[in-house]
Amino acid sequence: MNEMSISTKTQVWIEVCRLEDIPPQGARVVRATLGCVALFRTATDRVFALEDRCPHKGGPLSQGIVHENGVTCPLHNWVVDMETGRAKAPDEGRVRTFPVQVDDGRVLIDRALLA
Amino acid sequence: MSQTKPKKLVVIGNGMAPGRVLDHLFEKAPGAYEVTIFNAEPRVNYDRIMLSPVLSGEKAFEDIIIHDDAWYEKHGVTLHKGKKVMEIDRAERKVVAEDGTEAEYDKLLIATGSSPFVIPVPGKDLSGVVTYRDLDDVDAMLDAAKSGGHVVVIGGGLLGLEAAYGLKRQGMEVTVLHLMPTLMERQLDASAGYLLEKALADRDIKIITRANTKEITGKEGKVAGVVLEDGTALPADIVVMAVGIRPNAQLADDAGLEVGRGILVDDHLRTSDPDILAVGECVEHRGQCYGLVAPLYDMAKVIASNLAGDAAPEYTGSVTATKLKVTGIDLYSAGDFAEAEDREEIVLRDAAGGVYKRLVLKDNRIIGAVLYGDTADGAWFFDMLKKGTDISELRETLIFGQAYAGGSPLDPTAAVAALPDDAEICGCNGVCKGTIVQAISDKGLTDVDGVRAHTKASGSCGTCTGLVEQLLKFTLGDAFQPDAVQPMCGCTDLGHDDVRRLIVAQELKSIPAVVQELNWKTSCGCAKCRPALNYYLLATWPGEYVDDKQSRFINERVHANIQKDGTYSVVPRMWGGITTPDELRAIADVADKFRIPTVKVTGGQRIDLLGVKKEDLPAVWADLNAAGMVSGHAYGKSLRTVKTCVGTDWCRFGTQDSTGLGIMLERFLWGSWTPHKVKLAVSGCPRNCAEATCKDIGVVCVDSGYEIHFAGAAGMHVKGTELLCTVATEGEVLEYVGALMQLYREQGHYLERIYKWADRVGLGVAREQVVENAERRKELNARFVYSQKFMQNDPWAERAQGKDAEEFTSFRLAHLGKVA
Repeated sequence: MNEMSISTKTQVWIEVCRLEDIPPQGARVVRATLGCVALFRTATDRVFALEDRCPHKGGPLSQGIVHENGVTCPLHNWVVDMETGRAKAPDEGRVRTFPVQVDDGRVLIDRALLA
Repeated sequence: MSQTKPKKLVVIGNGMAPGRVLDHLFEKAPGAYEVTIFNAEPRVNYDRIMLSPVLSGEKAFEDIIIHDDAWYEKHGVTLHKGKKVMEIDRAERKVVAEDGTEAEYDKLLIATGSSPFVIPVPGKDLSGVVTYRDLDDVDAMLDAAKSGGHVVVIGGGLLGLEAAYGLKRQGMEVTVLHLMPTLMERQLDASAGYLLEKALADRDIKIITRANTKEITGKEGKVAGVVLEDGTALPADIVVMAVGIRPNAQLADDAGLEVGRGILVDDHLRTSDPDILAVGECVEHRGQCYGLVAPLYDMAKVIASNLAGDAAPEYTGSVTATKLKVTGIDLYSAGDFAEAEDREEIVLRDAAGGVYKRLVLKDNRIIGAVLYGDTADGAWFFDMLKKGTDISELRETLIFGQAYAGGSPLDPTAAVAALPDDAEICGCNGVCKGTIVQAISDKGLTDVDGVRAHTKASGSCGTCTGLVEQLLKFTLGDAFQPDAVQPMCGCTDLGHDDVRRLIVAQELKSIPAVVQELNWKTSCGCAKCRPALNYYLLATWPGEYVDDKQSRFINERVHANIQKDGTYSVVPRMWGGITTPDELRAIADVADKFRIPTVKVTGGQRIDLLGVKKEDLPAVWADLNAAGMVSGHAYGKSLRTVKTCVGTDWCRFGTQDSTGLGIMLERFLWGSWTPHKVKLAVSGCPRNCAEATCKDIGVVCVDSGYEIHFAGAAGMHVKGTELLCTVATEGEVLEYVGALMQLYREQGHYLERIYKWADRVGLGVAREQVVENAERRKELNARFVYSQKFMQNDPWAERAQGKDAEEFTSFRLAHLGKVA
C-alpha cells in the first residue's frame, strides 16, 4: 500500500487504495479498529464509505448490489442511500457514513474516524 | 306518455342517490322531465365512497367525479350549485332557496342525505374539529396534515378508520378513540375486530378502545388536545369526528311531511305527500335508515321506474355488505352475526396467516358472514345469504369457500364461471353477473373500463375489479388481454416479455445498451432489473455476452451462499448423489483445515459446509478441486441437483438404472443458468423414492421406459408435477429434457420457477413444442447444447486460480500508511 497521505486543518486523510482497486458498481472492505467499513464505487466513479452493517439485521452491505447512489443489502433487500446512510422508505434506519475523497486516483479516508 | 310538455322534476340534493335516479330516468324516459337540482355543495356530483382514497392521496378529486358539467348540459338539467333549499311550499308546489331562487315542481325528490353526528362535548366548536362527510372536510384535513402533527379520530367505525388511515398516509401521528370494546362492532365480531386492531397498530395507528371523550381542549380558539373520562390527555392538532350520521329530515319536517328518524317513505319511496319522493340517507324505510351506497342505488332504480310510468317496481329493503377501504387490509362483513340460541356458526382461524372467517347459520341458511384476511368468497357467501340458499349439502366444506364446494377447481375464472347469473358482482352498484356478461357480448367490450362505462360495475369502490376481470376472461377466453402489463421494476414500464423480445429484435448485447435503447428511467438500473437483464442477455447471446458480475446477487457473484452472519456455505457437486470415500475424506480435511463449524447433509443428496469465511473460499475450493469436486451451484438460479434412488443397481423393485440416468442428466445440465433454480430427480420405479413428482423436472422409470414429468414444486408452494410424455430410451430423455430446459430458459421470466412459467403460458406450450413437434424439439435441444459449451467451466477452479481475487480480500487499516 502506498504510504502517501495528506493533512488538512481538521482531518487527516490517509490513502486506503486506488480507485481502480474498487470495481465499478462494486465494493471493497476496510477492516478498521471499530469494525468493517465498506468502500463503494458507483458507475459514475463516485466513492462512498459506510459502516458495513445494514441497519436492519447487520448484513454486510459491501456484498450488496450497487445501483446509482444506493446499495441493496444481500440479506433482506433493504436499500441504503450511500450518500446519507439512510434506509429507503418504508424501512427506517441509518448507518454511519464516513468522509471520503478521491484525489488523483487515490481513495482517501479520514483516519481519525477509523483508528 | 304524452309527447306534450315535459313535467317538472325538482331535486333537492346532488349526491350519489339522486344522481343515480337521474341516470336511470334519462335512460328509461328521455325528455319526460325537465329537471332542476339544488345542491348545497358548490360542485357537481362525485363519488363520496371514494373520499377516503382522496384523503390518503391515492386518488384526486377529478378521478371521483360521476357527472361533470357536460352531463348536466347534455340532459338539459338546471343545476343550482351552492344553493341551499330553505322551504318546500306544498300549497304552491314550489321550493325556495336561501338566495330566493324558486322552482316549481310536478314531482319533488328530496335527497338531503345525512349529517355527521357531532358529540356534544366541551370544545366541539373549536377550530380544527372536523367531521368526515364531504370534500370540504377532506380539504380541511389535508390542509391540517400539511404541517404534520397529531390527529385524534373519534369513532372506530368504517369512516373513522378510513380517515385514520388516510391521515397516517399523509404523515400524521394518528390515534383512534372508540367508545366500544372492539372496532367496527356493527360490522365485525370481536375476533375480527381484534385482528383489525392489530393490523392498524402495525401501520402505526394507535387505537384506544373503551375511550369516552370528556372534552376537547383548546388554545387560542384552536384545538390542542383531547381528554378522556379516565383522565388520559392526548395532544391533537386536529380532531376528526366520525361517530355516525343522522338523516337530514328537518326540511321535510318543516314542510309537514311525516318524519321519524328520517323521512318516512313507503315501498315506492313516496313520502306522506304522494308527489314528494325521498331517496338516500335522509330516508327511513320500514324502520331502517341506511348509510351505505348499495341500498341507495336499489332505491334509485325503483324511483326512476316509478317516475318513468312503471308503477310495478317496489323497494323492499336491502341486506348490506361492508368492505373497509384500507390498503392491505381485507375485511368483509354482511348480514347479522350476533350470537343467539337458534344460531350455529362455522369458524375458520389461521392465526399465522392472519385469516379469520365466520359464518352464522340459522336453519341451514347463512344469515351473517365475517371475513378477514381472505375475502375472495365474500360475494359467494353474500349471494347465498340474500337468496336464503339451503347449505346443508355444502356444510362440510362451506367455510373453505366456493373453490372447494362440489369439488370445483381452484382456478378463479372457474369459480366466477360457477356463479349463477343473478349473483351480485358489484355490491356498490348492484350489478349482477348476467348483466355484465351480456354487456360484454352485446357491446363487444374487451376491458374493465368498457364494463365500467356500460354497467357501472367496479365503478364505485373498485374492490370487485378482480371479479370483473375474471368475467371478461371467462366470457372472452384468450381474446381478453388485461391491459396492464406488470412492469419489470420501477425503472421501466416494459414487462419481462417485451424486454426479452426487444433484446432479440434490437440485438441488445449489454445492460447499458438495454438501459439506453429501451429508455430506462434510471441511469443504470436497479437491484431488481439488473440481475434479470444479466440473465436475459446471457441466455440470449451465449458465447457473446460478457457476464456482469456486479449485476448478480452476492451468492452468484462469489459462487457460495451468504449466511446471516456474513459467512458463506459451500456445497460441492455430488453427481446423482453418489460420492466416494476419497471425496468424503477431502471434505472432512477441508472442514478441519478451515475450522468450518457445521457440516450438514442437504435435501438434495449432497454435503453443505457452513460458516466458511469469505477470504477462505478460494483455498477451500482449491482443496475440493484437488479431490475432483466442482461447484454444486447450490447458490444459483441454475441447475441445482439431480436426486436419484439406487435403481436396478441395488433395488429389488428397480426397473431402470435411475442412478446412472441421474448422473448423465446432471453432467448434461450442470452449469446452465436459468430464470430460477432448477431441481431434478430420477426415480427407478413408480414407488418414487427420489420424490421426482414434486421437482421442476422429474423422471420416473417404468418397465417400458421413462415418464418425463415437469412443473412440480415443494417449497413455498407444494405442487405435484404434470406428465409431459413417456419415452423409450435414455437418449430420448436427454433430448426432451434439454429441449424443455431451453424452452424455459427462453420464455421464463426471471425468478419464475418452471411451474409458474408453465402456469402462465399453459402446459400445452411445452407439450406442443417439446413432444409433438419433433423438429422444434431438436432445435431447442441444439440451442441448449450450444449454450452449454460456454457454461461448463467450474467457477470454483477459475477463482481458486485467481479470478476476481479482489472479491475475496479486504484492506486492513493497520497496513495503511502513516500520517504525513
